[in-house]
Amino acid sequence: MIVLAAKRLVAMLLIMLVVSFILFSLFEADKMAVAGKVLGPYSSVEQREIWLSQNGYNEPFFTRYTQWIGGALHGNFGDSLQYKVPVSELLTDRLKNTGILALVFFLIMIPLSLTLGVLAGMKEGSWMDRVISVFSVLTTSIPEFVTATFLTGLFVYTWHLLPGTSSMTGGFSWKEMILPVAVLVIYDFGYVTRMTRASMAEVMTSQYIRTAVLKGLPYKRVIMRHALRNALIAPFTVIVLQLNWLLSGLVVVEVFFAYKGFGYLLVDAALFGDIYVIEACVMVAVFVAVFSQFISDIGYTLLNPRIRFS
Amino acid sequence: MTDSVKFDNELPAKRESRVKRFFKVLALMRESPVGMIGLLIILFWVVMAILAPFLPLYDPNAIMAPFQKIGAHAPDGGTFWLGTDHKGRDILSRIIWGAQKVLVWATFATFVAYVVGMMMGVLAGYKGGWADEIVSFIANIFLSFPFIILCIIIVATLGASGWTVVVAVTFASAPQIMRIVRGLVLDLKTRDYIFAAQTRGETPWYIMLVELLPNARGPLIVDACLRLGYTVVAIATLGFLGLGLPPPDPDWGLMLKEAVPLGAFAGHTMYLPAAALASLILGFNLLADGLREISLRD
Repeated sequence: MIVLAAKRLVAMLLIMLVVSFILFSLFEADKMAVAGKVLGPYSSVEQREIWLSQNGYNEPFFTRYTQWIGGALHGNFGDSLQYKVPVSELLTDRLKNTGILALVFFLIMIPLSLTLGVLAGMKEGSWMDRVISVFSVLTTSIPEFVTATFLTGLFVYTWHLLPGTSSMTGGFSWKEMILPVAVLVIYDFGYVTRMTRASMAEVMTSQYIRTAVLKGLPYKRVIMRHALRNALIAPFTVIVLQLNWLLSGLVVVEVFFAYKGFGYLLVDAALFGDIYVIEACVMVAVFVAVFSQFISDIGYTLLNPRIRFS
Repeated sequence: MTDSVKFDNELPAKRESRVKRFFKVLALMRESPVGMIGLLIILFWVVMAILAPFLPLYDPNAIMAPFQKIGAHAPDGGTFWLGTDHKGRDILSRIIWGAQKVLVWATFATFVAYVVGMMMGVLAGYKGGWADEIVSFIANIFLSFPFIILCIIIVATLGASGWTVVVAVTFASAPQIMRIVRGLVLDLKTRDYIFAAQTRGETPWYIMLVELLPNARGPLIVDACLRLGYTVVAIATLGFLGLGLPPPDPDWGLMLKEAVPLGAFAGHTMYLPAAALASLILGFNLLADGLREISLRD
């Protein structure tokens, strides 16, 4: 177990290192271009040269790379070109907002999809199973921004119930959270529901469930005590891996509703060419993705002792 | 004795022609109503895309009367069947030309991703050892990026254009294709016909490309269909984020981005592209579901 964890940890660090190297070479290998970005398109070559030498850009490539990595490890990603504040300040603020959105999303999505999945998987082929399965396929096949368009059309433009943007300019408001969370839940619950359903359906065909039913236990007790425990192993990993999936979804939803979160920051930076912000955001995103993979691997082995990676 | 001898000039039973086999697959499709619906939706958009230059449509970029309602009369005596957008461009024309654009780029991008992914997968699976380690490590790096974020980095570095979208989709999809192909090849390479080819002294490249890849096609076709759907979503999403195919040519994602803020007084400008996009993606998902159902059965 510890060997496995250590191995995965090393692989994770290696991937992070390679990703950081790719990012650095993509955005900062050409130092003249960096100076051009920082000083603006109308800066002269002399100005750029001065800026480069002042900021230590004339060192060899690998020295610069190690300096950049050192800074990144301490949370120092430089200053944003667009907002003129340290990237770390900007990022912690935005990550907090995204964290709130993701937390509310998980608090609603997990109970909902697990319940639906268990209800559908309890009796394969029943009408409840069919309705839930078809519905989850339909909602998952429609991209977030299309769902968001229809929801905005109905709740904002037609019925005037909810605000159309969630920029939270007047402080935190639950009303502005409803639409972004609803879009994310509608898009994402189908996958976890289907996984739970498949896992539950498999458990229901097993010998010990048959034994429990045959010895006359009430159906409710069979489900709650015997089936659920084993059926929820597979969804656990799926839910943790959702984090990776969620990051992409968050980007779209945050842009759609102008929610001042991490994804909005990233797209904004990409459109502006704010290289330091892009680098920091991508490092955070890849870290979350790789780390959730790590957690899900470890969690899976802990929950299911029959699985042993060597 | 003599009747068991086979002469060289006696041809083996002739293989069915490609056309015949295609119709056989279609007949199989009929067994899955879900897949059939998906296929019909996709065919509808494909036909629209092909017919786009021949239909009596307005130029998709021509600026006429803005915010016309559905079925309004055009200044030149024609009709705006689906109204016009905020710049006064015909929405019907933009949706149909947009279908052509998204289908062409999605197919091309998926194809390129497949070529790269299959090469990586067959190399990793057949050679094994170091080649496998290296290719798998590279794939793992790209798989650790969330899809949209990888696309955003690539577009931010290369600038927005159709070719950038192709590169982005290739980087994001090829590692996944590589994993599937690698798994298939690991199974296939223990077959006798591979040993036969090795004994004949065929080169590794011949074995990989001629013996292995064609025999791995079954599951790949299902995956390709699903992936084509993902690519359509990816292109539309990038368009919506303002990072996709550059304006003014019609792109469904971009149409949505421009229409949503104005939805309060011109709802049709945002519902119509949204519905078009939803139907096409649903079509791909249903078709892939149907294909999977059929391939699992036999």
